[in-house]
Amino acid sequence: MDGIRSFIDFINGRWDEVLELTVEHAIYIVTVIAAATVVGVGVGIWVRHRPVAREVALAIASVFLTLPSLALFTLFLPIVGLGFWGPFIALFMYALLPILRNTVTGLSEVSPAVLESARGMGLGSRQRLWQVQMPLAWPVIITGIRVSALLTAGIAAIATLVAGGGLGDFIKDGLARYGLPNGVESIWTGTILIIGLALFFDLIFTFIHRATTSPGLR
Amino acid sequence: MSTFIHLDNVSKTYPGSDVPAVAALNLDIPKGEVLVLVGPSGCGKSTTLRLINRMIEPTGGRIIFDGEDVTDVDADLLRRRIGYVIQQIGLFPHRTIAENIGTVPHLLGWNDDRISARVDELLDMVGMDPGIYRDRYPKELSGGQAQRVGVARALGADPEVLLMDEPFGAIDPITRDRLQNEFLRLQADLQKTIVFVTHDIDEAIKMGDRIAILRDQSTIAQLDTPEAILAHPANNFVEDFLGSGAILKGLNLKRIRDLDLTDVTTIKMPESRDQVAAALDRSTDGYVLTLDERDRPLRWIDSGDMDQPEALSEAGVAVRVRVEPEDTLRDALEQMLQSVTGTAVCVDRDGRYQGAVRIELLTSFLEEMQQAERARQSAEVRR
Repeated sequence: MDGIRSFIDFINGRWDEVLELTVEHAIYIVTVIAAATVVGVGVGIWVRHRPVAREVALAIASVFLTLPSLALFTLFLPIVGLGFWGPFIALFMYALLPILRNTVTGLSEVSPAVLESARGMGLGSRQRLWQVQMPLAWPVIITGIRVSALLTAGIAAIATLVAGGGLGDFIKDGLARYGLPNGVESIWTGTILIIGLALFFDLIFTFIHRATTSPGLR
Repeated sequence: MSTFIHLDNVSKTYPGSDVPAVAALNLDIPKGEVLVLVGPSGCGKSTTLRLINRMIEPTGGRIIFDGEDVTDVDADLLRRRIGYVIQQIGLFPHRTIAENIGTVPHLLGWNDDRISARVDELLDMVGMDPGIYRDRYPKELSGGQAQRVGVARALGADPEVLLMDEPFGAIDPITRDRLQNEFLRLQADLQKTIVFVTHDIDEAIKMGDRIAILRDQSTIAQLDTPEAILAHPANNFVEDFLGSGAILKGLNLKRIRDLDLTDVTTIKMPESRDQVAAALDRSTDGYVLTLDERDRPLRWIDSGDMDQPEALSEAGVAVRVRVEPEDTLRDALEQMLQSVTGTAVCVDRDGRYQGAVRIELLTSFLEEMQQAERARQSAEVRR
């Protein structure tokens, strides 16, 4: 009980900081997911009739995901310096694969009979893409976006190492003062807020998924 | 009748292949005709169909529609003028039935009121209640209903031409039969120019005004009416393809409405036992057929059943199978074989009793056919 009380006291003393770092963290998630969605879905659409390009794109995105995050975050220091952009680029690279892969999978799973009948009724290739393939692939694509959002929420904690801010600051400070007063409380605060933020985004994407998927596909 | 679709030396050779998939095909399809392309798998019948709406671009020859050369016009615009039905149907799962049927009218820029009215008209036409179905999604439909919607969607913008690629191929036999009959009834009103692909010679005989039997590379082995092909196969290939049982196949050519139906003794229920017994006395074949208050057939009762203690509504044998005037004599034969009395009961669309088809009617029809066949053979021998 003492632990919980001191944890609550810790937060109560720093609402400004909690809010600021949470917003910074959320900004990473929103901007990274927006950018990764545009690029991932765009590339996924572009490679749908290009098998070689598709394999290359998926291979590159897979390699991104295997890079150690600690190294990746510092990799861009010489180019973009400290602050927002280094973590943004690293997180973007991580977020790409789930979105790209689900876009490719979703588009390829559209029934050939549906495409044949669409073509047979005189829908041009752009009309087939936007009126048939994308709506049918959408549930799969948005699932990829959701996975990426959770991934980003977790890994964004490392942004603190290159002075990128976010809830990772609580964890880093806590580690630096481990054993001293408020050290453990700080780690807990960062961790719990990140989990909370991840659940919040998960909820939002569940809602978007429902609202944007045709009842005929449920 | 004027030619509506004219294929002039149309051919298709795939890149990297020396052998054409379709070699120089010439075909004239008159307005309002159902032409069936039938042949063994791999003969190029589907390819031929898909050349007409240019789902496959021909590598040679011209395609003429009602005098207009459409070989080089915009393929998407051409396809909006042609109804297209495929075996797997391919309804859009994310769109309602109404939106599916309205696809082509929407592409053509009709206004919403006109599309909506057309959707209702088409659903009615294929026997589905618009009030129930227009806002449903394809996943809620049975296979037969989905194919009805598929046909309605193909008719969306009232095209002159309908291309159908094994449309009833993936449907269970009973539903297929019903859909075929409904389709023939529709076509009698609509008079569309239809090209219909099947690998099933029985379906070809039933559906076609004319049949083109195709062999390798879509060359025409014989092109004629079903009657003429059955009576005079042009060569060994056609004879082999028709297979045995040409007489049974001939039963597909005649419909029940072409026959004079026999009357059986009927009695409208509810009625007393005495009245039923009196009707049985009048009956010449020992059976009486009970009808409900709306003239729908209920049960066959014979004198043995009258001795049993059950109520009249339980006596005898229920009439489980019925035929309709649009059904073929082959359908009738199948029903007779399943009926205790050897009689197929014919009903109208609302299920009301119309008459009966007896086995004697079929045997006399078969005799006529056999005589015609013998006459033809002896004529050939003399030649």
